[in-house]
Amino acid sequence: MSATAPMSATAPTSDLAAATKTDFPLLARDVYGKPIVYLDSAATSQKPQAVLDAMDAYYRTVNANVHRGAYHIADLATQAMEEARAKLQRFIGAASPREVIFCRNATEAVNLVAHSWGRTNLAAGDAVLLTHMEHHANIVPWHMLASERGVELRWLPLDDDGRLDLRHLDQLLDGARLVAFSAMSNVLGTIPPIRRIADAAHERGALVLLDGAQYVPHMPTDVAELGCDFLAFSGHKMCGPTGIGVLWGREELLEAMPPFMGGGEMILNVTTEGFLPNELPWKFEAGTPAIAEVVGLGAAVDYLDGIGMEAVRRHDVSLTAYALRTLTERHGETLTIHGPPEPAARGGVLSFEFGEVHAHDISQVLDTHAVCVRAGHHCAKPLMRRLGAVATARASVYIYNDRSDIDHLAEALDRVGDLFGPQ
Amino acid sequence: MAGLEDLYREIVLDHYRNPRNRGELPCPPAQRAEGFNPLCGDEVVVYADVADGVVRDVRFGGQGCSISQSTASMMSVAVKGRSLEEVEKLERSFKSMMSIVTDGGETASPADLGDLEALRGVVKFPVRIKCATLCWNTLTETLRS
Ligand SMILES: Cc1ncc(COP(=O)(O)O)c(C=O)c1O
Repeated sequence: MSATAPMSATAPTSDLAAATKTDFPLLARDVYGKPIVYLDSAATSQKPQAVLDAMDAYYRTVNANVHRGAYHIADLATQAMEEARAKLQRFIGAASPREVIFCRNATEAVNLVAHSWGRTNLAAGDAVLLTHMEHHANIVPWHMLASERGVELRWLPLDDDGRLDLRHLDQLLDGARLVAFSAMSNVLGTIPPIRRIADAAHERGALVLLDGAQYVPHMPTDVAELGCDFLAFSGHKMCGPTGIGVLWGREELLEAMPPFMGGGEMILNVTTEGFLPNELPWKFEAGTPAIAEVVGLGAAVDYLDGIGMEAVRRHDVSLTAYALRTLTERHGETLTIHGPPEPAARGGVLSFEFGEVHAHDISQVLDTHAVCVRAGHHCAKPLMRRLGAVATARASVYIYNDRSDIDHLAEALDRVGDLFGPQ
Repeated sequence: MAGLEDLYREIVLDHYRNPRNRGELPCPPAQRAEGFNPLCGDEVVVYADVADGVVRDVRFGGQGCSISQSTASMMSVAVKGRSLEEVEKLERSFKSMMSIVTDGGETASPADLGDLEALRGVVKFPVRIKCATLCWNTLTETLRS
């Protein structure tokens, strides 16, 4: 494509995107009179019609509070919610629906573990091992616990390609009670050797919490195969609505943990003297849940199952390979893309720097071409410091993106060069 | 849509490419403060040397986007040699141009803002207003200390 050619969709379209793009109403809109090029799914995904319909139908036909009403629609609402739980159980290979705790998002799921498990099991001198590529959601709850309890935080370093450097893993695990790490980096796309880390942790008697916020929406997920003890993820990055996420935990761990928040729904009995917590999973679900959002997330799981997570992953890898190739060929001199160079070792997240141009300015110029990318520190300031960057621009893909989206990005980057390049 | 040319005026890009008063001042006698934009991670450091109620010298450092860096540069030119009251007026005038101060803050005529006037278009890009005010808030911190 020459620099003067219109931004045409001449590039071949991935079969998957061709089949799915029309399922997402938002992708039919334009921005400033141009078709939207949405490359920010790592922040939140778009929602297919099936999810919108499921939530709409719930409100139109079944809406009632769950678990407490002895009337028909209250029963239907409860069923809808528990059916969704069962879908999520199957989706991540959990042994029982009792292990699937609904919460607001991945952030709340990590906080639940830090608060409930952490405050019960960790004391001064214990260590929690994190990595240099964590999202703030998997850092700050541990900082809070560390300052409250005198728990030591340790950090697995990264190599220059953005892979975890595991050479000192055994030493770092010595005295660690928990390893909490991202299964897929939201900045680098890095997918660490999860099983290897989990096995090493378990050998040393440490538990493993996986931040699956990026992983679960993009990879076939089986908690038994991953070998983790807790898994946190958000619905809104996997075609579901905002305001709903999941904490999965091994049942015996969850059984032994005290409740996180107190209120209705999470109790069996309350007296003036005290309370008796409810059974799993409700013990951790205080108050009226986000029922419509649970239903929407269930529909999102159905939608992704219909595509097949293997196919989702193949699509991501192929489009990431295309993006790495195209962007490097066209902008190789000015462009630095962070993270592992092999598409198979990463998710569809490309953080980049473009010459000396600040990420804010990049995204501002791209916006005028209807190209949506994120700019900033991506809630991973320790990682940004490690990369020696104040901010990066980040393009991330999902099932509805195709090669023409990448071509638009590559082309719009020319305009960034025009405005900010050497004069 | 507000056009990019509203945001990236030539003067703005010039201050971005050729920042004035970038650097440090020995502290003391100068004062120093740091500002952060938690949204995008921009950082700015402002040094000011104040004597007899006048800003004798000012320098800035840090990293950020074209708007935050060029504003810092223009601000440094605008406040150098001004009395503290004049600086406060300038700040209010600038912030009212950014629609942050609305209680009749635009007391100074636009001409008083000098090159800073070129940032008027930022107001059409609400997420960027923070970029343009970061260095002003940091300057206030510096002058307070
Ligand atoms: C790796 C990672 N962890 C955690 C989160 C937090 O997700 P949420 O904001 O939905 O809680 C995100 C999302 O930005 C993420 O990318």
